[in-house]
Amino acid sequence: MSDEHRIEAHDETEEPQGGPSQLFKDITGIGVDWRSALLVPALAIVTALVVGVFVIAFTDIEALRLWGSDPGAAFEKTWDSISGGYKALLVGSFGSLRAISETLLGAAPLILAGLSVAIGFRAGLFNIGTEGQMLMGGMVAIWVGVTLSLPLVLHLPLALLGAAIGGGIWGAIPGLLRAKTGAHEVITTIMLNLIALNLVVWLLKTGLFQAEGRDDPISETVRQSARFPRLFGFLDDSQVRVTAGILFAVLVAYGIYWLLFRSTLGFEFRAVGMNPHGAHYAGMNVVFLYTAVMAVAGALGGLAGADQILSVLYRGSPAFSAGIGFDAIALALLGRSHPIGVVAAGLLFGALRAGGQVMQVETDLSIDLILVIQALIVVFIAAPALIRAIYRVRTGREAEQLTTGWGA
Amino acid sequence: MTAVAEREQEHVYTPAELRRARYLGITYIILALFVLWVFGVGSLGDGDSTFKLVKPTDRFSEFPDLVLPAAIFSFVVAVAFASLGAIQLTRGFKRMGNVVLAIVLLLLVFSFLTWAAAGKSFSFVGMMQETVKRAIPIALGALAGVLSERVAIINIAIEGQLLGGAFVAAVVGSSVNPIMGVTAAVLTGVALGWILAVMAIRYRVDQIIVGVVINLFVLGLTSFITQRILNDNPQFNSAEIFKPIELPLLKDIPFFGTVLFKQSIFVYTTFALVALLTYGLFRTQWGLRSRAVGEHPKAADTLGVNVYRYRYLNTLLGGAVAGFGGAYFIQGSVGQFDENMTNGRGFIGLAAMIFGRWHPVGALSAALVFGFAESLSGKLAILQTPIPSEFLGMAPYIATIVVVAGLVGKARPPAADGQPYIKE
Repeated sequence: MSDEHRIEAHDETEEPQGGPSQLFKDITGIGVDWRSALLVPALAIVTALVVGVFVIAFTDIEALRLWGSDPGAAFEKTWDSISGGYKALLVGSFGSLRAISETLLGAAPLILAGLSVAIGFRAGLFNIGTEGQMLMGGMVAIWVGVTLSLPLVLHLPLALLGAAIGGGIWGAIPGLLRAKTGAHEVITTIMLNLIALNLVVWLLKTGLFQAEGRDDPISETVRQSARFPRLFGFLDDSQVRVTAGILFAVLVAYGIYWLLFRSTLGFEFRAVGMNPHGAHYAGMNVVFLYTAVMAVAGALGGLAGADQILSVLYRGSPAFSAGIGFDAIALALLGRSHPIGVVAAGLLFGALRAGGQVMQVETDLSIDLILVIQALIVVFIAAPALIRAIYRVRTGREAEQLTTGWGA
Repeated sequence: MTAVAEREQEHVYTPAELRRARYLGITYIILALFVLWVFGVGSLGDGDSTFKLVKPTDRFSEFPDLVLPAAIFSFVVAVAFASLGAIQLTRGFKRMGNVVLAIVLLLLVFSFLTWAAAGKSFSFVGMMQETVKRAIPIALGALAGVLSERVAIINIAIEGQLLGGAFVAAVVGSSVNPIMGVTAAVLTGVALGWILAVMAIRYRVDQIIVGVVINLFVLGLTSFITQRILNDNPQFNSAEIFKPIELPLLKDIPFFGTVLFKQSIFVYTTFALVALLTYGLFRTQWGLRSRAVGEHPKAADTLGVNVYRYRYLNTLLGGAVAGFGGAYFIQGSVGQFDENMTNGRGFIGLAAMIFGRWHPVGALSAALVFGFAESLSGKLAILQTPIPSEFLGMAPYIATIVVVAGLVGKARPPAADGQPYIKE
């Protein structure tokens, strides 16, 4: 936690006052300059997509065999699979109302989960536990959605509240442990994820959750009144699935923006993130703040899990969080841990997921390509030096030290 | 806070330690009541529990079974717990505290087993053999973690290194030969370790983030290639499995021979690695310098140790060990790669490293405990106990949280762990 190790090295030349960076800061209120907020992410995405091309090309085994005998045909075949894949990716994410709807549907839980990781980063905590918080929150949402019978105006908010509390408690544990005992949140949240995975499988097999007549761990479906209403229900097209969940996610993002940058509590969160010792000497209650920020992060994770249930799946099955909690880490980094950035990154990742589904169906490329692309995006975001080396551009701030190691 | 200072002083209890000792004493007494009621009364009249210590194919197959009267054994254990709790509360165990704790946990497990197996016969030797097998990838992952964290490079990418190693071991093992498969897996681990090292040391990217990214990347890439190539070309995904090597004479020792000396080369290598690393880390120049780099890089640098070189070297070595652990999933186990087949073993390895307090022997012991929990949860269904296997699945993780939170003794990582070093 020693702060002399934090890297504060700026690029060789600071931009003068009034340059694009100052303008960017004035408009957005974000404390980073425009290069690292916009230029680096854009180049990172482009580079990742380009590397994805090579991944497709080098795994096309039939084309690879052809290169020796008939390079022309091999090139054509490789080109077909690359263009086919990326076209499906684009058409599947933005090509039609249905595609856009799928993008937005997928973006909602991603945004909520991304906020969960982002708020942790802001307070200097690395919340890898979003996956587990989603599971625990989602389970509460399932219970409320299945067991209670209420009108929509009460039922849905109650399910969401329950999910926030469930996830919040699961999230507060590592926060409290970190503050009280120094147990590193990365380890405790990884462990809590694995505990949650097991716990959910067990819970889904108990009488409390298990669907009647089933032997496998699967829950009843939640009642209609607890589900997010479909935005385009009036079209009567079951393919256009986007729900009010995306509006809710954007609303929550605004709430987190307000919390972080307009409230005293948010100021204290960020103060602790910048320097916990300083915050302590300034009279802030660090134990409370660590616990509170992780509780909020957990609540956001819980809401992401609830959205996954109440918008998409409607019933619980093992690992229904579907890796969203891990995508959220990449997403929060891409979005620079800022609510606006997280919403934008959430839409991008939602598009990648929706497009990836279509790509998987229409071509022989599996959706796992998306994981590779996302991982590459984060590499380039986290190491702007790479982007600088490739594109010969100035990239603003050096690599950030977002977390503290667990030594001392 | 340093270990040296702790050792030099006469042991004086701090209030926190006193509180912990009291909690521990109360816990022992609660456990005594639990064992008495659940395991003792619960198995009254169920008869004896029979533990088979040899397999029918063993040389001394007539070796007697261990037969315990289930209820009486649990009553004895309960009385023992109660007395230990009383001693803990009155005068404490001083330095023996952790040994007592270990004995209590061992007895608890045995008491549980006698209860679960009451009136039945149960192959204890089979379960222990399985325990060792399951502990191997966890132990190798943990050793990889020990190597890099001793020089203050946090390696969250163990999972990715295991998975990547397994994938390459399957592909190269099927298309060339199993030995090349293992070699290629080791090199894959080294390559992933190199990425971690370059990112962490040269570009000073947050090490935890690099680790998370490597995991994502390897999971995505191996799954992608599996679906695109391996599923339609099984000739690339059917590697030969190493046969168990039975060590002469040693294999005939009842029980231990079967558990330890009829295993694959992976098991023997792991045990050898533990010995080698323990010696290396604590008895050689390399080990001393590595630890110095992990504890206080600046001081090490001042004394002429090349901090970066040690960090690179050990991270690459750790990668090699983890890659070898990945090969276990193929050549040491099923011979075929499946998407995400490591399924969190790397994270359990990370837990084992912490649980084992960054020490090779500790890491191996923790891996054995976690392997035991895994194989036990597999056996629970057979024994038809009312305890859901998921709870045993959780046990290693809960134990790890308890340990990192310092509720039972404090696990102290290398002081500079995770912090980049900037040479001035």
